[in-house]
Amino acid sequence: IMLDESSEPGWLSEEVKTGTTIIAIEFDGGVVLGSDSRVSAGETVVNRVMNKLSLLHDKIYCALSGSAADAQTIAEMVNYQLDVHSIEVGEDPQVRSAATLVKNISYKYKEELSAHLIVAGWDKKGGGQVYVTLNGLLSRQPFAVGGSGSSYVYGFVDAEYRKAMSKEDCQQFVVNTLSLAMSRDGSSGGVAYLVTIDEKGAEEKCILGNELPTFYDQ
Amino acid sequence: MLTLYNPICSLYNPIYYTTIMAVEYDGGVVIGADSRTTTGAYIANRVTDKLTPIHDRIFCCRSGSAADTQAIADVVTYQLGFHSIELDEAPLVQTAANLFKASCYRYREELMAGIIVAGWDKRRGGQVYTVPVGGMLVRQPVSVGGSGSTYIYGYMDSNYKPNMTKDQCLRLVSGALSLAMERDGSSGGVVRLAAISETGVDRQVILGNQLPKWSTA
Repeated sequence: IMLDESSEPGWLSEEVKTGTTIIAIEFDGGVVLGSDSRVSAGETVVNRVMNKLSLLHDKIYCALSGSAADAQTIAEMVNYQLDVHSIEVGEDPQVRSAATLVKNISYKYKEELSAHLIVAGWDKKGGGQVYVTLNGLLSRQPFAVGGSGSSYVYGFVDAEYRKAMSKEDCQQFVVNTLSLAMSRDGSSGGVAYLVTIDEKGAEEKCILGNELPTFYDQ
Repeated sequence: MLTLYNPICSLYNPIYYTTIMAVEYDGGVVIGADSRTTTGAYIANRVTDKLTPIHDRIFCCRSGSAADTQAIADVVTYQLGFHSIELDEAPLVQTAANLFKASCYRYREELMAGIIVAGWDKRRGGQVYTVPVGGMLVRQPVSVGGSGSTYIYGYMDSNYKPNMTKDQCLRLVSGALSLAMERDGSSGGVVRLAAISETGVDRQVILGNQLPKWSTA
């Protein structure tokens, strides 16, 4: 007999995390970002349709992972700082600037925060760019994966990535990677969100669970 | 992931954090492993052989504590050899797998062993059985184990198809192992492969500079 059993559901007292799988990849002329949509509090899924691709500016997005509150707050703060910055310089901000703003917050508060944001976008100076800001570092990479589900797909992305892929190839690569990770990681799932950013703007897309590609054993 | 890092006795506790893999094909199995044994951050053996013969056509891939898995493998080799003499014929892979399960489950609190049993017998052909930490037993067409295995689930899911040929399996295993060794600090060295079929066991070693290369490496 459990004498001290709480009458409150477990998930009310658990920290809310976006377990997640996130990915971003550059192509010549833009970037593609992708994420799953599961938010968990302990073992409960508290939101199965959350869009983890957050807008920082018209042509700069970031992908959220880790603690949901920390990640959202960083994204909102950087969104504000970027708006101010772009008004001051009188033109669209560079992706590197957005990534640096995220990095500054992640590094300064690295002991208190537990969130990892991947920043990706297009600007006219550098074209499509992907930056990782894990733990407060800043590094540009041709592609990046993050979140708990990323462990399962490191081998896949290492094997499948080729330089100079087209926009459609990149979109397919992102969808395949998300599908594989979501089927292996208990903290990732739901639908897949895709954002494709190029010179013309950002295009958001949502792929439902049953429309995702299936692989062996599914 | 088999991690039980104990800084006090790490010097006396060699571990195969490892990546191991086994795939069935029509007519046999292909098994593979990396070759790194670590004690803490030191690589105690960079050319370990983690593919251990249990009988003529039955092998096991070992991950976890080096001592535990060697001891279990020795016990099962003895038990299976005895059983085979009593039966007067080659033992079944399923029998070997159940012997591993019996030891791993009974002593589950004391052991840290993740084992993949694979081989060929004339009743069911090529078979792969996995006995992870805890002592469960399940047959799978393809199985990966060890700390490096998490990185190749996606690669395995997308590249494995049923009814592959032996050469396709060899490429799948060597590709997957080299990807895992690239990403997992606890796996590395050379890739050891073995193809087991009715005709015998064909062992290979792929050295570091001969491993498949990927564009990000």
